[in-house]
Amino acid sequence: MRTDDLVTMLATGAGAVQPNQAARRYATALGCGALGAALLMATLLGPRPDLAAAFLQPMFWVKLAFVASFATASLFAALRLSRPGQRLAWVPGVLSAPVLAIWLLAAIVLARAEPAQRAALFFGDTWNSCPFLITTLSAPAFFAVVWAMQGLAPTRLRLAGAAAGLLSGAVGTLLYSLHCPEMDAPFIGFWYLLGMLIPTTLGALLGPRLLRW
Amino acid sequence: MLVASRLNAGEQRLRDLLLRGLAGDEPAYRAFLQELSAHLRAFLRRRLVRLPDEVEDLVQESLLAVHNQRHTYDVGQPLTAWIHAIAKYKLVDLLRRRSRQDVLTDPLDDELDLACAAETEAADARRDLGKLLLQLPERQRLPIVHMKLEGLSVAETARLTGMSESAVKVGVHRGLKALAAIIRGDK
Repeated sequence: MRTDDLVTMLATGAGAVQPNQAARRYATALGCGALGAALLMATLLGPRPDLAAAFLQPMFWVKLAFVASFATASLFAALRLSRPGQRLAWVPGVLSAPVLAIWLLAAIVLARAEPAQRAALFFGDTWNSCPFLITTLSAPAFFAVVWAMQGLAPTRLRLAGAAAGLLSGAVGTLLYSLHCPEMDAPFIGFWYLLGMLIPTTLGALLGPRLLRW
Repeated sequence: MLVASRLNAGEQRLRDLLLRGLAGDEPAYRAFLQELSAHLRAFLRRRLVRLPDEVEDLVQESLLAVHNQRHTYDVGQPLTAWIHAIAKYKLVDLLRRRSRQDVLTDPLDDELDLACAAETEAADARRDLGKLLLQLPERQRLPIVHMKLEGLSVAETARLTGMSESAVKVGVHRGLKALAAIIRGDK
């Protein structure tokens, strides 16, 4: 087939294209991913028994704000990496801001605490299950976000896969934080982050295979 | 400065054609693809100096990619950045594919490439997309043949094939994506 014939073939009956498809795909993916994570959390773990009391504690909202801002930043990263030729620009900055903020808070908490208490602030009661439960809860969002990306056109597949993993990790963590009893910044700044980095690593490994087009 | 403004004018024109095309203006979209293929040919020829007879195949593959992913163009984005990212992605994919094949082929290939280079200035594509089309399943091939090659409408194609109108549209869409997958060797 000559190139001119291909051009004619592609143009014939091409029709109009729905605008905002990226936003729509991501809205669907995040909705399904969050719903899946909520169902997993409710059936496997259940919300913490004192959830109503936790709503009154500032640290609960700090924790939620950290995860939510991280989720927003990774959504920006994923959206940009889903389209050809988009620069990352300020994405690294936006991603690191919530991390630096929680680390700063953690440093202050640790500095003020009695030396004997520091280990308890860092390890909490659940450090050995937290990252793996977060990874489990992020699975539905991971598949959903990869689906969203497959309908778009990422060109840097490893980075795009990592962004999909990070976003799904943040969604999973958001739901996990309704179950998790830990409220200390040193715990959150390390173990939550580690939990989100596991799906990120998986995404970076699988990206080139899952996202080719 | 003059060169820059001329480039901008060219990009502006191409972008207008694309935006009109995305809104459903078929002649504008055809003109966009037509101009784009010349642009892609120059872009890829510069980057495939050692593989001149791959250029036209890659132009066609990139055109198909631009068409299949045209919904990912962001109105606020420079068109050149979008186009070049797609073309480079397909270029890297081709080189990766070839480096895998080169392990299996004999080194004589290089000399053959040189011999062909002089006479194939305005080379045709070596790969025949028309033949690849035959590999698609019927529910994708028939809508493409009737709508995209014979120029029938969705309704006419639906009547002719006994498929529903939405199945016809889906068939075209999935068929062109499957064509891209066949080219890159996934299927």
